[in-house]
Amino acid sequence: MIPAPFDYVRADSVDDAIARLREDPEGKLLAGGHSLLPAMKLRLARPSTLIDIGRLRDLAYIREDGDRVAIGALTRHHDVATSELLRQACPIVAHAASVVGDPQVRHVGTIGGSCAHGDPAGDLPSVLLALEAEFVARGPSGERTIPASGFFTSLFETALAPDEVLTEIRVPRTSGGWAYLKFNRRAIDWAIVGVAAVRANGGVRVGLTNMGLTPLRATGVEEAIASGADPAAAAARADEGTAPPADAFASDEYRRELAKVLVRRALEQVLA
Amino acid sequence: MTRISLTVNGQRREADVEPRTLLVYFLREHLGLTGTNVGCDTSTCGACTVHLDGESVKSCTLLAVQADGREVTTIEALARDGELHPLQEAFRRNHALQCGYCTPGMVMAAASLLRERPNPTEEEVREGLEGNLCRCTGYQNIVKAVLDAAASGARV
Repeated sequence: MIPAPFDYVRADSVDDAIARLREDPEGKLLAGGHSLLPAMKLRLARPSTLIDIGRLRDLAYIREDGDRVAIGALTRHHDVATSELLRQACPIVAHAASVVGDPQVRHVGTIGGSCAHGDPAGDLPSVLLALEAEFVARGPSGERTIPASGFFTSLFETALAPDEVLTEIRVPRTSGGWAYLKFNRRAIDWAIVGVAAVRANGGVRVGLTNMGLTPLRATGVEEAIASGADPAAAAARADEGTAPPADAFASDEYRRELAKVLVRRALEQVLA
Repeated sequence: MTRISLTVNGQRREADVEPRTLLVYFLREHLGLTGTNVGCDTSTCGACTVHLDGESVKSCTLLAVQADGREVTTIEALARDGELHPLQEAFRRNHALQCGYCTPGMVMAAASLLRERPNPTEEEVREGLEGNLCRCTGYQNIVKAVLDAAASGARV
């Protein structure tokens, strides 16, 4: 399979990428391309122009930023997974990056590309949601910060405007327990269901992968833990407010049950 | 058409390519390097694995224009002066292939793994090859071969 024809341009800066996005409303940014190119082969995406930002090396970094860690949008999954800073300051992010795809995919795919793609089955989005991460976007009128709770808006949709570029993701330093449990059939598959759990402010925050049109917070579970429920009782509320898809891998009922099991296991790990 | 200039197996190559040309087809059809196979064409099976700047990547999910200015290594460059690469030798010694279709990708993925982790455990080898599918061997001998190559201490 080969993508349909498109024009190819290489952006030499973020501002250049923004200008080119404004020139062609049907244009798309190309980072690692590991979500976009498969979609283009299947004609699920058919951009008229690919604006290659993959060479903007100044967007590939992981650095301390006060009480947070700032991750450049073009940082590859491999570099997130192997970052000493993240392993110490926010280990769930490094771990989640290490279970994305396979080594070859992690050598090319980027954290920003994965988030901007807005796939609810992606591993990083639910983790970033549970962490209450911040997304930094730059557009023609400057920079703005979008909270994770407002970033993922629908299936393959995010809060990014058509002429905005995601430049950075900021995650908090965490010191408590954490877990990211991904259930799939083959090592390389997307999560059938994934569960991210982190301790924060005495409570637990839980994110769900592939349980709806966007990554979701399991607010029922969080409330139950806050009011003293044990992991098993809290996990029984894991599918509240979800709308899991049904596909060749699993029915929606199966996903609801799986979410409860994985949430219980994640809570047991986090609260241990 | 877009002009690209890259290094493939140590040789400088220049070509005009359609932007939608996938790296694997550039290697196979423009350069005649047919050692790299196309398997699933959906970045699942790993048969098309090559190295980009020394790291394993799936060449069916990269555009040739993304490799512009960079260094690509394919299976053809592993044997030197008529001598098999230590990993190829270990695959032969351990009977790590049957039909051989996945083998170029397996060897390239294993070479990248051993560069990152020269002395992997068995579990690390299995995880490191998670992006490569073999439909014949059941992986047992492939894992054995990679561990054997690592233990031989030969430079990969």
